[in-house]
Amino acid sequence: MLEAKNLKKSFGSLQAVADTSFVVRPGELVGLLGPNGAGKTTTISMLTGLTQPDSGAVLIDGKPLHGDTDPSKARIGVVPQELAIYEELSAAANLRFFGSLYGLHGDRLIQAMDSALELVGLSAQRNTKVKEYSGGMQRRLNLAASLLHDPDILLLDEPTVGVDPQSRNAIFDNLEVLKQRGKTILYTTHYMEEVERLADRVIIMDHGQVIADDTIAALHTQLPQVAGKHANLESVFLALTGRQLRD
Amino acid sequence: MLTALFGLIRKDLLIFITDKRALIITLVAPIVIASFFGFIFSGVNAQKEPAKINVALIDLDHSAISQRIVGAVQADHNLKVSLPDERTARDAVRKGSLVIAVIIPKGFGDAAGRAFFTGKSRPELTLYFDPSHTAELALVRGVMTEHVMQGVSKEVFAGNSANRILNETLADAANNGMEPAQQDQLRTLVQAAQALYGNNLSTPDANANVEMGAPFAMAEQPVTSSAGASYNGYAHAFAGLGLQFILVAAVDLGIGVLMERQRGLWRRLRSAPVSRNLLIASKVISGSMIGLMSLLISFSFAIIVFGVRVHGSVPGFLVVAAASAIMTASFGLLIAALGNTPSGTRGVSMLIVLLMLMLSGAWIPMFLFPAWLQSATKVLPVRWAIDGLDAMTWRGLDWASAAQSAGVLLAFAAAFFLITLKRFRWEE
Repeated sequence: MLEAKNLKKSFGSLQAVADTSFVVRPGELVGLLGPNGAGKTTTISMLTGLTQPDSGAVLIDGKPLHGDTDPSKARIGVVPQELAIYEELSAAANLRFFGSLYGLHGDRLIQAMDSALELVGLSAQRNTKVKEYSGGMQRRLNLAASLLHDPDILLLDEPTVGVDPQSRNAIFDNLEVLKQRGKTILYTTHYMEEVERLADRVIIMDHGQVIADDTIAALHTQLPQVAGKHANLESVFLALTGRQLRD
Repeated sequence: MLTALFGLIRKDLLIFITDKRALIITLVAPIVIASFFGFIFSGVNAQKEPAKINVALIDLDHSAISQRIVGAVQADHNLKVSLPDERTARDAVRKGSLVIAVIIPKGFGDAAGRAFFTGKSRPELTLYFDPSHTAELALVRGVMTEHVMQGVSKEVFAGNSANRILNETLADAANNGMEPAQQDQLRTLVQAAQALYGNNLSTPDANANVEMGAPFAMAEQPVTSSAGASYNGYAHAFAGLGLQFILVAAVDLGIGVLMERQRGLWRRLRSAPVSRNLLIASKVISGSMIGLMSLLISFSFAIIVFGVRVHGSVPGFLVVAAASAIMTASFGLLIAALGNTPSGTRGVSMLIVLLMLMLSGAWIPMFLFPAWLQSATKVLPVRWAIDGLDAMTWRGLDWASAAQSAGVLLAFAAAFFLITLKRFRWEE
């Protein structure tokens, strides 16, 4: 179980995250939503150990995450918003490298690479250089790189940015498979329909705080029905965070 | 931890090998450019004819003395002598196709002969010279002094005009304003010379070697550690240019780190359970391996093709090369620590690299620098790298010399590494 407990983080006079707490339970896929500047990325950075909170703690199965080399970090897989892979190298070379960061080598590494490539449908292109991949293939490899060490917890930061509908759908399928395997998944995105399709629960952040944490069905009931129909998630989101532009 | 470290290093080496541009710049370019510089600066070598200075000699006198001078100057191994007319020579100097023109004026021989004993009314040699070649002017001045002294002395003591010059000198003595006592002394000196050489004038062969010149000869010996060790311009060129290209590779390393940060790769790497020190150290190790490989390949080429030899300690050479590579890789990381954007950082860091190379004698020999600058540049790590490689190759110095250079280089590397750890921004 992944728990954010009273997390606070400021950068100078800017308070990016203010007393944020939530829980992601085993086997649960939780969508983390928020407008630009809401504090999502800072929260994800604290959850992955990249940024040290000013106060509060990140707990994995009740144990606080401490420092760069905390072995608990090996229980987390991170899919960053950027295409954090080496385009000069082949998919196999990329995965071999990312696997080594988690101490994988030999047969165990080969098996992990085979399994990850098969899941994202890139087995046939394993020896092709990443710069020759389409944008969608690169996104899928970005996901595969986070799965090599078989983490319990997956943190995905807008993993479908700039992806064509086919690849996006393929990534959704991958995530559903991972969820079925019992992975704990926290997923940030700006696309409401992605969350509506995938998430068991939604956390909405704004101004560094959690302003909603509930199932999609429960959130729908927060707005009055129009013509006998519940509001969709986007209406709820806009109602909670306002229609002001967040540049 | 070791698996992660090896993985990080292997990844950097793989990226380097797959990047053809980096391969050419780091491995091939130093060989090509160092070969050129080595050829230009190969200098005076026991086996080689030195570069000659182009000199024109215009003899307007046509006396026995001036002809002796012309003959001697033409035979001098430092000069390449032509005999144009004065106007042509002057134009050639002005256009830069000739370094120096020496004019022997009419009456020079007789006047020089008389002035030889009295020091009065000395005739002038005129030297037209290219002002961008003052070093050559000094050399030609010395060469002319030697040959004029020899030519005049030979003629006044043993030449066909020796008697005439001696007699004129004695006749002039009374009219040259000298005190009577001095006239007597000069007369005695000249008569003694006549007495010494006059008998011999009837047998000219006996006076073939009579001449006045420098009363010494020079035995020139290059001072290195052993008799077999001699200066090899290629050794210095491959040290300087080799350092230049691994510094350029280090700049690329630093820029690459900034680009990786921009692309979010560092965030991903740091999400794994590896320390920041390990991430930075892996970059230093992979950068050092690439730098060392470049230096060793360059020097291997120089050894095979140009006969460069490690006359000093071979382990010392390897240690200095490795320390140089570690220093340059650490310098690359320092660039990444202090830089902001890749494009902005590249310009500034290349300027710093070029200044360091220029001041460390990588392009032009250090002896051309003023003495204060030669001392001041010891604060630059590149100077220690070049001096260390020179010491182990053509200077043929021992292990202690290598240890000193390597120690200073590693101290620089440690300082760069610590500053990098302290200042590196992990987030964009």
